[in-house]
Amino acid sequence: MGKKRLDQYDYNWPETIAAYGFLSPNLAGFFLFTTIPVIASLVLSFMQWNLLTDPEFVGLANFIELVRDPLFWKYCWNTVYLMAAIPISMAGSLILALALNQKLKGEVIFRTVYFLPTISSGVAIFILWKLIYNPEFGVLNTMISKIGDIIGLSLTGPQWLQDEAWAKPALIIMGVWQTVGGYNMVLYLAALQGVPRDFYDAAEVDGANSWQKFWAVTWPQISPTTFFIAIMSVIGGFQAGFDPAYIMTGGGPNGSTTTLIFYLWSEAFKWNRMGYAAALAWVLFLIVFVFTLIQWRFFSKKVHY
Amino acid sequence: MSIERNLTDKVTAMTKNGETPGATAETDAFDKKRPLTISQIRASTRNKKVLKRGGSYLFLLAGAITMVAPFLWMLTTSLKEPGAVFSFQKNWWEEWLPFSFHWENYVKAWHVVPFGRFYLNSIFVAVCVTAAQVLTSAMAAYSFARLNFPGRDKIFFGYLATMMVPGAVTMIPVFILLRYLGWIDTYKAMILPAAFTAYGTFMLRQFFLTLPKDLEDAAKIDGCSYFRIFWQIILPLSKPALATLTTFTFMGTWMSFMWPLIVMNTHEKFTLPIGLAYFQSLHGTNWTYLMAGSMMMILPILLVFIFNQRFFVEGIKLSGIKG
Repeated sequence: MGKKRLDQYDYNWPETIAAYGFLSPNLAGFFLFTTIPVIASLVLSFMQWNLLTDPEFVGLANFIELVRDPLFWKYCWNTVYLMAAIPISMAGSLILALALNQKLKGEVIFRTVYFLPTISSGVAIFILWKLIYNPEFGVLNTMISKIGDIIGLSLTGPQWLQDEAWAKPALIIMGVWQTVGGYNMVLYLAALQGVPRDFYDAAEVDGANSWQKFWAVTWPQISPTTFFIAIMSVIGGFQAGFDPAYIMTGGGPNGSTTTLIFYLWSEAFKWNRMGYAAALAWVLFLIVFVFTLIQWRFFSKKVHY
Repeated sequence: MSIERNLTDKVTAMTKNGETPGATAETDAFDKKRPLTISQIRASTRNKKVLKRGGSYLFLLAGAITMVAPFLWMLTTSLKEPGAVFSFQKNWWEEWLPFSFHWENYVKAWHVVPFGRFYLNSIFVAVCVTAAQVLTSAMAAYSFARLNFPGRDKIFFGYLATMMVPGAVTMIPVFILLRYLGWIDTYKAMILPAAFTAYGTFMLRQFFLTLPKDLEDAAKIDGCSYFRIFWQIILPLSKPALATLTTFTFMGTWMSFMWPLIVMNTHEKFTLPIGLAYFQSLHGTNWTYLMAGSMMMILPILLVFIFNQRFFVEGIKLSGIKG
């Protein structure tokens, strides 16, 4: 930016007209559904509005209320807690990718099977897992008590989604199952295939064993991918959790599975508190923005290594 | 002797690496005149190889079973006699494998809510969004990548800057806007806000920049119009990127849940995801129907994926590297 103060001669009318012609459909839609709403959202965050009466300017009141809102902090914590699925899932993705990256027969079949949960529609998956987690008739607790019968103990599974302490772990287990063989595994597989063979040969000459080779060669070589996946997952994680909460728990029990985005939805579309929800959206944006900046900085540094 | 020594080292090194020395031509040729020591090494190599491969297969198989088991349970449950779900099975495999085949569950699930209608709505919305997004993104991307016009860099920077704004920020004002336009509970409300994205434009622009310029220059000299260059040169050369964007847009729209939930009220206009959620709210205790409905929802997309998975994986790599 800035450095280009292009000469007038560089433009010609036919090209400029054609360019704006090509650009206009997307630009118009983008302007109407993204640019204006972003500005409107900021304005709205300084207002109080229930869509029925006239909007009222309240200054920073929404933000102050947000900071003092114990529910906001609770749901922040829920959102961060649920992100425990990210490192577990990433480790699983990497291990699966390492196992797949041995030129085994049937690689494509395994990869396809691992991808099934990712490709299946969320709503169907969430309904399925809601039934799996059913404390009385769900297959998980049935299995647990069966195993108890076999080893001669009377085991009873937890109440899962109906138990405040178990609802989040239950969602994490499901989340790991859903994502472990998906995009991240494919990205890891591509990264592993991109590590130069010479590096391994050199490590072998130095007498490195498999474990040492992984930590000295593989891990540093795939670290940009790890970083990319981690940041993208965290950015996504702050905005996640609506669909499973809506379908499986309704945000409960006792708000234990309500994430920020679910809170935003219920404030805006259940209670019509548009201004407060807009303020919440901007706080969410700021969090995401920080992580985006980290990613940009990292990648602009990493380009020349 | 020195050659033999060399190869021994190589075989040992490969063993350490978990490689398959038996499979390479070099060692195969060598095997024909192998001395005793090497044959011993080779035997141990083979054992190790078998062990390691076996271990990997076991691990991968365990992973595959974990992935498939819930789906299998879904299928089994969907085929059970309604009510039989809640009676305890004698044997554990009856829980997992279908022994009764009540296909009529599917027929009933199909009729309890207008499932066919949901399907058509989903297809209609996904096709419209995908077509609009791919076409307008490609046009805008061509403009950004290849044409020179005042304000280009500023507009492009605007696109980049808004790309990282989460959907949560625009959701509320767009809802209010649609409400003013009287578009709530119309297909337009689902299609139009999703039809123009910065991401598609950005991705295609990056791809167009990698295309060689020679063809276009030649076409320009021949007096080819910008539109023909775009339509007959750029687009055909960009099939992989267009296919990727098409797939991801289609999948994303197909699975989109939150936005349709917010803007739609009439059941007849529901797409599959909100239709299925509605179905659950009506028949939450009727597991066989629920599973039959869920099965019907994921099956078509699963089939599409299984037959196109190779290309799908390439698409992820492309978008992952670019993104």
